[in-house]
Amino acid sequence: MNQAWKKQGINIKPGTVITGKWHQRRYVIKRKLGNGAVGTVYLCEHNGKYAALKISENNTSMTVEVNVLKSLQKAQASRLGPSLLDVDDWEISRNMTYSFYVMEYLQGDSLGHFISRNGHEWVGIFMLQLLEDLEYLHQSGWVFGDFKSENLIVLSQPPKIRWIDVGGTTQIGRAIKEYTEFYDRGYWGMGSRRAEPGYDLFALVMVFLHIYYPKRFEKGPNPKATLLKKLHDARPLRLYREPLKKALLGKYQSAADMRNELLNTINRAGITGRSGKPSNRSGSGKAPLAEGSGIALVALFYYLFSLLLP
Amino acid sequence: MKKGTLKQILLITDGCSNKGEDPEVTAALAKQQGITVNVIGILDDDQTEDPEGLQEVEDIALSGGGISQLVYKQALAQTVQTVTKQAMTQTLQGFVNQELKQILGPDQSLEEIEPEKRGEIMEVVEDMGETCDLEVLVLTDTSASMHDKLPTVKEALIDLSISLNARIGRNRFSIFNFPGKRKDIEKVLDWSPKLDSISSIFPKLTSGGITPTGPAIREAMYQFGKKGLLRNLRDEDEPGMEEAGY
Repeated sequence: MNQAWKKQGINIKPGTVITGKWHQRRYVIKRKLGNGAVGTVYLCEHNGKYAALKISENNTSMTVEVNVLKSLQKAQASRLGPSLLDVDDWEISRNMTYSFYVMEYLQGDSLGHFISRNGHEWVGIFMLQLLEDLEYLHQSGWVFGDFKSENLIVLSQPPKIRWIDVGGTTQIGRAIKEYTEFYDRGYWGMGSRRAEPGYDLFALVMVFLHIYYPKRFEKGPNPKATLLKKLHDARPLRLYREPLKKALLGKYQSAADMRNELLNTINRAGITGRSGKPSNRSGSGKAPLAEGSGIALVALFYYLFSLLLP
Repeated sequence: MKKGTLKQILLITDGCSNKGEDPEVTAALAKQQGITVNVIGILDDDQTEDPEGLQEVEDIALSGGGISQLVYKQALAQTVQTVTKQAMTQTLQGFVNQELKQILGPDQSLEEIEPEKRGEIMEVVEDMGETCDLEVLVLTDTSASMHDKLPTVKEALIDLSISLNARIGRNRFSIFNFPGKRKDIEKVLDWSPKLDSISSIFPKLTSGGITPTGPAIREAMYQFGKKGLLRNLRDEDEPGMEEAGY
């Protein structure tokens, strides 16, 4: 969330063995995967299997995150976040204890990287996938909150976008627990920081804008105008422009509403695309016909001309 | 449990106090009266993250039972709201830890409880943080060196109000500057539920080199007991609200 805290990230050398104080399970640290707003995530091995281990000295925030993961599992929404495998403490010395939890390790590509390698046609698919998951999450009474590119990962075979950090997930009706300014509608003056479906839908649009503005952008004197201009200027998003604009303006009541409109937009574009293609093909079919009749005409002309010859 | 009100002073400064009482002492006094003192130190762009002379920022927060953070002004908005919220959680957790000690014995604290049960306790702390009422007195250093930082401070405060007003619990904010023209601190905004009204009245600049941080904290502390606050709260209260419990 800010440099001073990131600086406090815990550095653990690869090969270190972490043994839980309560459950006595052993985890061998492989390498660092990244830093979150709270805590550091490591790739680790346990019983020959890889897992992701998040560790922090801030045990209250960690406990809150674990609570969220547990609630998601209870709501049978575990596919929404990584599944939780273990929660424990690591006692380094008598008065130094870190809290950690272990979750399923999701290996994949960043959204931006995947799109640039596999093409913009995936954008719509990922939007639909995310909206489906968001609808499910909202139905379970939660809002994702800190919805941003860094918290998403694209798994391959089949390509599926997943959430990897649920630290900001907040109960609907409460104040958003954790957010990142660029993705936060409060920062843009486009709404409150109360957890409601529209909050996530705004952030979702920002995730896709971020693909085309990797360096992000400033809000300027008129934040709303800036947003709409940036959306308009992102050419690969032009197909989805209307639903995205409505989401920025907070016009949708639910993720399902947005998903339906998006799906309609995509289908409509697909139909015009398909009807465009056959007409193209018939166009290219016309060309040989014209060519053939042209030849026939020339032949006829020569034939008639030959008749005139003595 | 009766719904409580958390009281915080949020001190925003960029330098050392140089006049009057020791701010560490007045911060400790505030803490004794149930008021948490949080301190945000704004760094100049050319300053390192560990500048000399800003040790005071941490010391005041420590003795005031609050949280401190040094930031460059770009990150001010987000820091102001995280510091405020973290301090709330810390205070509430302190209450809960005290309760635990009374129930389970002096050696018990949240860390000594196994992770599963810890989760349930943290849920209670979170619920309290979401629903409790909060009073924040913002104390802004407006000595000459702060001049170019004040527009950012203003934005950060509006942002703080957006964050806190998303909570279920009620909020009261007031803003004081120091040094004041004649007094140690000067009122900019009386207790009110929102901060968006500050655009027109902020900042009222005082120039000059003195930074009476200690006396300012003392004065700020007294503002929590002022009649204006009591009247405000009573006016806004729906009947019976104060007695509403969990």
